[in-house]
Amino acid sequence: MIKEKLEEIREKALSQISESVDLNRLNDVRVEVLGKKGSLTAVLKGMKDVAAEDRPKVGQMVNELRAEIEKAMEEAKTKLESAAREVQLASETIDVTLPARGSAIGHRHPNQIALEEMERIFIGLGYEVVEGPEVEKDYYNFEALNIPADHPAKDEQDTFYINGEMLLRTQTSGTQVHEMEKGRIPIRMISPGRVYRADEVDATHSPVFHQVEGLVIDENVSFADLKGTLAEFAKELFGEDTKVKFRPHHFPFTEPSAEMDVSCFKCGGKGCRFCKGEGWIEILGCGMVHPHVLEMSHIDPLKYKGFAFGVGLERIALLKYEIDDMRLMYENDIRFLKQF
Amino acid sequence: MNTSLNWIKRYVPDLECTDQEYTDRMTLTGTKVEGFEKLDKNLSKIVVGEILSVEKHPDAEKLVVCQVNVGSETVQIVTGAPNVHVGDKGQKVIVVLDGGKVAGGHDGGALPEDGIEIKAGKLRGVDSYGMMCSVEELGSSREVFPDAPESGLYFLSDDAVPGSDAIELMGLHDTIFEYEITSNRVDCYAVMGIAREAAATFNKKFVYPCVRETGADASESSSDYISVEVEDTDLCRRYTGRVVKNVKIGESPEWMKKCLRAAGIRSINNIVDITNFVMMEYGQPMHAYDLSTIAGGKIVVRRAKDGEKFTTLDGQERNLDHDVLMICDGEKEIGIAGIMGGENSMITENVTDILFEAATFNGPNIRKSSKRVGLRTDASGIFEKGLDPHNALDAMNRACTLVEDLNCGTVLKGVVDVHTELPEKVRIKFEPERINQYLGTDISKEDMLEYFNRLEVEYDESTGDLVCPTFRQDLLGFADSSEEVARFFGYENIPTTLPASSANSGKKTFKMRVEDVARNVAEFAGYSGAMAYSFESPKVFDKLLLPADAPERQAIAISNPLGEDFSIMRTLTLNGMLTSLATNYNRRNKDVKLYEIGNIYLPKDLPLNDYPDERTQLTLGSYGEGDFYTLKGVVEEFLGKVGMKQTPSYDPKSGKTFLHPGRQANIIYDGQVIGFMGEVHPAVADNYSIGGRVYVAVLDLPEVVKRATFDRKFTGIAKFPAVTRDISMVVPKEVLVGQIDDVLRQRGGKILESMKLFDIYEGDQIKAGFKSVAYTLTFRNLEKTLSDDEVNSAMKKILNGLNGLGIELRS
Repeated sequence: MIKEKLEEIREKALSQISESVDLNRLNDVRVEVLGKKGSLTAVLKGMKDVAAEDRPKVGQMVNELRAEIEKAMEEAKTKLESAAREVQLASETIDVTLPARGSAIGHRHPNQIALEEMERIFIGLGYEVVEGPEVEKDYYNFEALNIPADHPAKDEQDTFYINGEMLLRTQTSGTQVHEMEKGRIPIRMISPGRVYRADEVDATHSPVFHQVEGLVIDENVSFADLKGTLAEFAKELFGEDTKVKFRPHHFPFTEPSAEMDVSCFKCGGKGCRFCKGEGWIEILGCGMVHPHVLEMSHIDPLKYKGFAFGVGLERIALLKYEIDDMRLMYENDIRFLKQF
Repeated sequence: MNTSLNWIKRYVPDLECTDQEYTDRMTLTGTKVEGFEKLDKNLSKIVVGEILSVEKHPDAEKLVVCQVNVGSETVQIVTGAPNVHVGDKGQKVIVVLDGGKVAGGHDGGALPEDGIEIKAGKLRGVDSYGMMCSVEELGSSREVFPDAPESGLYFLSDDAVPGSDAIELMGLHDTIFEYEITSNRVDCYAVMGIAREAAATFNKKFVYPCVRETGADASESSSDYISVEVEDTDLCRRYTGRVVKNVKIGESPEWMKKCLRAAGIRSINNIVDITNFVMMEYGQPMHAYDLSTIAGGKIVVRRAKDGEKFTTLDGQERNLDHDVLMICDGEKEIGIAGIMGGENSMITENVTDILFEAATFNGPNIRKSSKRVGLRTDASGIFEKGLDPHNALDAMNRACTLVEDLNCGTVLKGVVDVHTELPEKVRIKFEPERINQYLGTDISKEDMLEYFNRLEVEYDESTGDLVCPTFRQDLLGFADSSEEVARFFGYENIPTTLPASSANSGKKTFKMRVEDVARNVAEFAGYSGAMAYSFESPKVFDKLLLPADAPERQAIAISNPLGEDFSIMRTLTLNGMLTSLATNYNRRNKDVKLYEIGNIYLPKDLPLNDYPDERTQLTLGSYGEGDFYTLKGVVEEFLGKVGMKQTPSYDPKSGKTFLHPGRQANIIYDGQVIGFMGEVHPAVADNYSIGGRVYVAVLDLPEVVKRATFDRKFTGIAKFPAVTRDISMVVPKEVLVGQIDDVLRQRGGKILESMKLFDIYEGDQIKAGFKSVAYTLTFRNLEKTLSDDEVNSAMKKILNGLNGLGIELRS
């Protein structure tokens, strides 16, 4: 009798569970069956009418049925919840192709970006970044770099003078001398900064521009080290496939001196409009620090050797970012800056 | 510097290479070839022709029909050349045959890349089997062939053989190379110098030009006619003079003309051509005077007198001064030394006797004189590089040999040669091991000596010295010897290695790190990096309304500026920023925000005799979106990020004339002014033509760097709850929020964690002369939960303090 009753409850409950369409309905079923006034609870309440010896058995049957119904309800609940999530997600679909909200972040100047690339490379090679004065003494800009009083490079046409002794530095090389005079050897430094030459403003000239000077002084430094260092630099800056070519040149403060060309990173060296068909692009001057320059800075040229190089920063930035007019760099038109 | 390959080959006869090989290899040994021009690039099937007859064209007035003997046959050619007329006969002309090519059109315009093909065809119905040419059609000009007509065909000399190669005859089977010669290689401003490098580069024999002892048979000596006195030996180390009598002025031989032509020099006559040829060949300028004009048989080399005037042979009167060296005779000046001879002594067609001059003048002095006199010539351009005194005599002897070869005069015996002590050959210790260490190579001693041998550098085995020829003025010491080895070993063959690792770590300075933070903060706040010139016009001070006695007007002036606009070093960054903003405004760019990190240059005293104070400034500027307080936020964000955690204070009495009087403040940190900010004065904005409100902030980075730190300390996260109290106040209008902040901070005590202004209002509900200000105050004790009593007591103190400012609580 009880057994049949329980079977009846079971069938009804399970079918109601499986037919529940939402969580509310499922909860109603729970109340109807398992609630205080629920059908299964009623069976338990009627236990007093059951013979004493049958009670444990009936109790067990009721508990088993309760567990079964609870499990079915749990399963149904999970199913209904996940269906409800599906519906919600489906209704929340957005148009991902709508425009992005404008970012308010400003832009770094291309010259600065190029400088930071170079700093990153040389800091990685153990170089310190230092600065030197822009308004410089004649001695540091010229004389201490082996450029004597009568040298054509000192010509007024190229150099802005303040007076007989002070001038606007024409190269960052003077920083070499300041560093060497500190007497802390070995030296590995780069020195970026503004330099000045009396060039009228046009697409490739500016009376103000930037150079990055490099200097290494140690006991066993060679021209081969100079080549290796700058080849590494070129690869880092222009890409792994970049080749370098060193051509003999003349600078008063280095001997031997060289100019370095890199294989055109646009055409890979085949020759294109970018490299004027040559396949190579000149990017810097370098050389072994002239022993006389070391001597003037109180460094013993028999004990120490060094190499130095100088790079035009704007030149690198113009090349690397394909900027066709140097004037853009100092105009600060936001439409230009925004592209970096 | 340009030379033709044929001229180089006169000294390196075994040289065989393509133009490109020559370019590449010369460049890699240090004689940089900038480019080359193959003169016969687009010239083919061009022969000498002889005009046999010229007849009228039946159908065209401006054309004629010619029968031309081109060697193997006679062809009919129709031409419109203005210098060919009906009935002409016998002229030798340049003929392009059917299927041949010329370089350009007869108008001498730009040359087409691939030339112009010439094909047989009909001209107004008459057959024409080719074309007769002008020099322009060969890609040349009257500059190079001065005997060519202004318009029309170029006629060859009568002895030209019909059918022979006309291009060969004209010396156009040649290539002109353009070099970049570095200032240390004075010897390479001469064809011989470059040829010497070519011989060494290609390891071929170098053959010196022919120099003979001249004047051997002459009965007279140069010294019979001329004596030389050098007064200023510091400006003239050597003066050589030699007399040539019975001069026969005439044309130069074709080979010499071809050489000069290739160097872009016009042939004038044999004597002038010899001086020019020797100048190109030896890099030694020479001059020829008409001996009859030289008074007193005397040459005196001395400085000019201040204010003296002199007419050079181009007919121009020149102003002289004491620093200009002159060549004089017994009575007068006859030439500006090293620059140009005088009109009064120049040779003419009627000259019979001449004086040749080859001298060594002081290079820097010639450069300065040339500038002062306002005359730069081929000669001065070479002299200013500073020549080897030995070269003067060599060149003189070469010129005299040419006079005899060309049979254009009688060279007299002996040279009048006045000089100071002549430079000796420089000896450099040969240190092969040191060279290898220096270069990072392993080159044998023998190879090194072989390179030196090619360069005419001798090795003195007894002393172990390298002995350098005097023309190589750049070879002075060890480093120079290593460069010569590197050049001929080949830079490309030197290994590539990295220096042994360094004990130091790479890094930026602290200042640079602070600047990097400034960039990041500015950019995150929407400002883009700008770059302005360091120099500007003194007029900017007026544009910025600075008073006459403003310290900013004490600027460093450039003595030789490009113009007034670039004449003083900036003492404040406002002009650069406003100019950039104005550029953007003018181009209708909206909402522009820029920042610049750059220096100002403050002289310690003027005139400048020591380093000025170069102070790096962070300048922020904007128009459009944003206001004073947005900018203030950026400033404080930056200071916080470099570890300056206190809130700066702002003093509205900053006294900046270029800023709005009611919207400006000095930024003060720790009692020190570290910058200023504000709205640009509308009158200043007008001066820069920027419409709308413009905001700027300038931080003096040295003051920031002094106070910045990248140390960070964790102070714990509060465990105990906070208590908040809102206060709403009625505040006299003139009281600044900053003053209220100060009271809150002082009176709130340790437990006042933060305060936030959330409302400020002036209007109808508030009595006149007052404003309503409301704050949320947050109290917290880090050690325990706050009691109401503690908060109440703090609030009471605060209210007392506020009363002192005339502030009441709003009911």
